[in-house]
Amino acid sequence: MNFDYSEEQNLLKESIVRWAQDNYSFDQRRLGADSDNGFSQEHYNTFAELGWLSVPFSEDNGGYGGSVVDVAAVMEEFGKALVVEPVFPNLILFGGLLERSTNEAIKAELIPQVIDGSLMGAVALYEPQARFDASNIATTATEAGGGYSLNGHKSVVLGGAHAKKLIVVARTDGDQTDENGLSLFLIDANADGVKVNTYPLMDGQQVADIHFNNASAQLISELGNAGSAVHQVLDLAHVALCAEAVGLMEVLNRTTVEYTKTRKQFGVTISSFQALQHRMVDTFMSYEQVKSLLVGTLVELTDERTSPERASKMINALRTLVAKNGKHIGDEAIQLHGGMGLTDEMNVGHYHKRIMMINLMFGNGDFFQHQFNQVAYGN
Amino acid sequence: MDNNFSSTDLEFQQEVRAFFKSAYTPDLQAKVESGEDHKGVAIEWQNKLNAQGWFAVDWPVEVGGTGWTPVQKFIFETERCEAGAPDVVPFGVKMVAPVIFTFGNDEQKKRFLPRILSSEDWWCQGYSEPGAGSDLAALQTKATKDGDDYIVNGAKIWTTYAQSADWIFCLVRTGTFEKRQQGISFLLIDMTSEGIQVNPIHSIDNHHSLNEVVFDNVRVPQENLIGVENQGWTYAKALLAHERTSIAGVADSRRWLRDIIELSKEQTNYKGKLIDDPQFQTRLSDIEIELMALEYMELRVLAKLSSGATPGPESSLLKIKGTEIQQALQELRMQTIGAYSGSLHLDDFENDLHRRGSNSRRAYMYGRAATIYGGSNEVQRNVIAKAVLGL
Repeated sequence: MNFDYSEEQNLLKESIVRWAQDNYSFDQRRLGADSDNGFSQEHYNTFAELGWLSVPFSEDNGGYGGSVVDVAAVMEEFGKALVVEPVFPNLILFGGLLERSTNEAIKAELIPQVIDGSLMGAVALYEPQARFDASNIATTATEAGGGYSLNGHKSVVLGGAHAKKLIVVARTDGDQTDENGLSLFLIDANADGVKVNTYPLMDGQQVADIHFNNASAQLISELGNAGSAVHQVLDLAHVALCAEAVGLMEVLNRTTVEYTKTRKQFGVTISSFQALQHRMVDTFMSYEQVKSLLVGTLVELTDERTSPERASKMINALRTLVAKNGKHIGDEAIQLHGGMGLTDEMNVGHYHKRIMMINLMFGNGDFFQHQFNQVAYGN
Repeated sequence: MDNNFSSTDLEFQQEVRAFFKSAYTPDLQAKVESGEDHKGVAIEWQNKLNAQGWFAVDWPVEVGGTGWTPVQKFIFETERCEAGAPDVVPFGVKMVAPVIFTFGNDEQKKRFLPRILSSEDWWCQGYSEPGAGSDLAALQTKATKDGDDYIVNGAKIWTTYAQSADWIFCLVRTGTFEKRQQGISFLLIDMTSEGIQVNPIHSIDNHHSLNEVVFDNVRVPQENLIGVENQGWTYAKALLAHERTSIAGVADSRRWLRDIIELSKEQTNYKGKLIDDPQFQTRLSDIEIELMALEYMELRVLAKLSSGATPGPESSLLKIKGTEIQQALQELRMQTIGAYSGSLHLDDFENDLHRRGSNSRRAYMYGRAATIYGGSNEVQRNVIAKAVLGL
């Protein structure tokens, strides 16, 4: 029994810590975040040079062959550093679906470009009417002149503002909410019939709503059979986001405790007040709960004896708890910083906004708890 | 990262599982559930465990214990709960015995430990006083030397099962020092001594397990002092760490949760089953998700203990979360059963639901104690604030 990261995983984490210490202070980070791009291409290239972008890809595809635990180790550190560079949309989403494509030539061409940092991609999955339902897809793909023609509207596409290539999940069969009948399509973001409307999110990401109007795209999955690939990628995405959230929460708690030890009111440091001490103990416990459940999820997901139901139960439990405890920790961090917590110059607000955004991605706390209930208690 | 037990531990798990299956008989189970003759039934069960050599789980082999590793203890506790078997009464075997075998002299070990193992001696704990609860070091019960004896005067309170105890282990004040924690001694007192009066305290569960124990010039031989005079606080603190390692009660809570789910499949709600009510499901999963997190919190602490670390302030965290979950389950069980949960009957039940309702009421009401005893949850928060957060 062992719940620590391995030596190799710790080395990976330490390399991120060292890089962040030297290159990614809060002000340095802002230079990228406040630029038009919303991130620093230079930093992103460094990630590629240091091999971090290869972690989730299999060795067959030229990657590091990392497990979900390796991905979590990296994401937890990126969370601590509040990395705004689009690692998640590019590696976990775009890279994840790319790896599950059935078109070997496309994989051989594009995966190396993702790993070396030269290709930015995005996955166009969710739609305005679907809220958090990844099967509610009205975007259609119809056969046209040897290829396919896409029509529809995809919303809040992560990485969508700077992606060169898009993987679009579109319906080739069935009713709008059928789980079957979905296929994957590859298309250039600047192709005819593609309109990309970009906007920033509260956490600094540049995203887009993307409209397809008779845009020709290439089928890269089995026809009508991409649903399970989407769900596999989402499962990994859920865990990756939770690991990032754990990193964010750790920093929020640490920053808050340190702040109360220096801030004086009524002639004493406010850390001496029991009312505040107990609130900080509660946020510490909130963190320990989430960290423990993350570790439990990682351990069970990498255990071949784990049933699909159990895996689903763990992932939904984890996302539910991240939603509750993340909000708890973020709100308290701002409250305990007092007026300073409201300022843009302090980092706590930025960390909290990232947590808030994670808790809106692919589901919120109520959504995941509902899914948990279905798996655990049926009906 | 993995949560695999070693093959030796897996074999041990099978052995323990088989033992509980054969030893915890339906007959014994019926007696436990009836709630009658608590002491007699507890002794019967403890003697079965002792015959197997598995009563003194926390003791080293030299003094008659199991010598088990933290993982083995965890497995044993988990299997016990899976089997639905009751815990042992802790005051002798889990609380005073570790102090005796760690800090007591050979004479004391020979005299007291065998009678604890055989459940011949029944112990109770004399720590809290009317003026010393969470602030235990404020205790005032005095022991003054007189020839070969101490003369003890004062009062202890919240003493569970004092009414059926043969011995009480007490913290008493033997000296006055600048630091209140100094000057406290650890004394073993025969409950049949002259001058001891046990006053029952009836609690909100409509039951009598708590007492006040008054000492009026009680003569106690000095040979009943554990270790060195005025060092008792250190001994008691060492014991508290023992007490908190298994305090999370994960396995017990898991059984409670399963029981509630089973009940809710039988109970109706509107025109359907309670288990299918989305609101009820959310109440269940609010608790279950926290329990899943607690399970891995405990396993992480266990993995640390297994690699040789001593229990630290993490045990405070387990205590707080563990007891909060226990109370949430106790409440949800009452709600699941419905109006029978108000019943004060202890027998003559209309049906099984009536019996379970009445038990749920008792468990909930007495369960309020869990966040108060063993250092209240607020005191645990003080511990974490100081020891972990450095506040």
